[in-house]
Amino acid sequence: MSANLDIARVQADFPILSRQLNGRRLVYLDSANSSQKPRQVIDAMSRFMEYSYSPINRSAYQLAVESTDAYEGARSKVRAFINASRDHEVIFTKNATEALNLVAYSWGRANLAAGDVVVLTHMEHHANIVPWHMLAAERGIVLRWVELTADGQLDLHNLATLLNGAKAFAFSAMSNVLGTINPVRHLADAAHAAGAIAIVDGCQFVPHNITDVQAMGADFLAFSSHKLCGPSGIGVLWGRENLLDAMPPFLGGGNMIADVRLDGFTCAELPAKFEAGTPPITEAVGFGAAIDYLNCLGMANIRRHEMEMADKAITTLTGRFGDDITIHGPTNLEVRGATLSFAFRGIHPHDLSQVLDQANVCVRAGHHCAKPLMRVLGASATARASFYIYNDERDIDALADALEGASDIFNI
Amino acid sequence: MPGLEDLYREIILDHYRSPRNRGQLETPPAVVAEGHNPLCGDEIQVYLLVDADGMIADVKVSGQGCSISQSSASMMTQAVKGKPVAEARRIVRAFKAMMSLPDDDADDDPVNLGDLEALQGVVKFPVRIKCATLAWNTFTNCLDHST
Repeated sequence: MSANLDIARVQADFPILSRQLNGRRLVYLDSANSSQKPRQVIDAMSRFMEYSYSPINRSAYQLAVESTDAYEGARSKVRAFINASRDHEVIFTKNATEALNLVAYSWGRANLAAGDVVVLTHMEHHANIVPWHMLAAERGIVLRWVELTADGQLDLHNLATLLNGAKAFAFSAMSNVLGTINPVRHLADAAHAAGAIAIVDGCQFVPHNITDVQAMGADFLAFSSHKLCGPSGIGVLWGRENLLDAMPPFLGGGNMIADVRLDGFTCAELPAKFEAGTPPITEAVGFGAAIDYLNCLGMANIRRHEMEMADKAITTLTGRFGDDITIHGPTNLEVRGATLSFAFRGIHPHDLSQVLDQANVCVRAGHHCAKPLMRVLGASATARASFYIYNDERDIDALADALEGASDIFNI
Repeated sequence: MPGLEDLYREIILDHYRSPRNRGQLETPPAVVAEGHNPLCGDEIQVYLLVDADGMIADVKVSGQGCSISQSSASMMTQAVKGKPVAEARRIVRAFKAMMSLPDDDADDDPVNLGDLEALQGVVKFPVRIKCATLAWNTFTNCLDHST
């Protein structure tokens, strides 16, 4: 068991993990998709709705003050969590997807013209591909792609060539399929050396690692609450103040304006400029509670636990199944998280996940919103088991046992 | 929870392991349509050759997918091959009705689906209905393009 993380205690914090389905416990291995929620987050949101809820930013009454303080308090927690220098560099969005769309739409339309180059990688999630495709169709920007090595890392041998003349380099800090952790600082430095900005998709990285936007050298970082034990419906775009200030607004409406006239409007200051309409207020409170919870456990402890999980899972699965299982992505634990995509005995991932479900083993089967990567892997789909703070060795064994059962059904 | 035996019937696994009418047809004279299952990324192609008398002279399926989508495609080709287009459409409607996706405009006599009835258990696994109907929807696109 992890030296600095009492997993049994962590598990006790997650009410859903005590749920029995058909008399058996739940084995939740889909946290890369979305994480479960601890009692601390559930209670914080309930308490807020029962006691303090009101709209924010608009009224003088006591509830509105409390609500606004709670919402802005969550922003400060996010700022500290990623070591940003200013609260107003933290923009609340609907999710990481919206955060990346905000950058492509607002920064992209202000700064990119026909022929301008944006560099992406083969391991990107659709959220960091499609907004750029949309801009390519509309503006005629050109996309270049960093390819992958055989073990699922970025192939950086021609990075300087790819970045030559580029305006932006948008990349994932950690792959949602391969589990690969990318050398963010190195990539951001390379982008800057070429005169490009560095846009980091932190959706998979931030829930599992210490995040320091200053040490990363990033210009933008996108991530979501629901993958780090917070509620769905809220995410973050962090950006450098000078970049955010120079960008046109994204969505127009209430809260994002300083003035509206018959002949036009003036934007509000950051962060309101990018937060049109009533935001996810209760969700922000839950998000803040999730960050408090993770800070209590310690992000360094979480990372250590997940390295152990990845190590044990790889050892157990390859030990039991040998060549019958192919685990995609790096084997070096220093550059991978506990997200394991695999192929097993030629059984289609969809069938695999159906059979695993009989043992309450929850894994994702599919293209993981990364179809270009699937084509690189030569698969239409993979099965993916992803581990988090509440998973332990029993879950690894349950996965392995359930895989054995899948072979029986398909007579393999 | 419904049991896996409702889903993975032996006849389904047989069609999965030995799919009938796999391959491609020359286009033209055949037409081809591509189908995607957005859930899992499966992609299949259905090739259809309708002769001058409006009979389905040949039908083939290529691409990849799970046991449910592949066996459903395989059984579909057997069910429609050699049939008049109008009857093939009736079989499509009957199959989709079995998948709880009835076409309200249809007013059909009962259709004997034969082996295809093995797929009835899929209805108990709603997520998999899209797998079972992928080939059928793609086949319908083919019919629409060829007639």
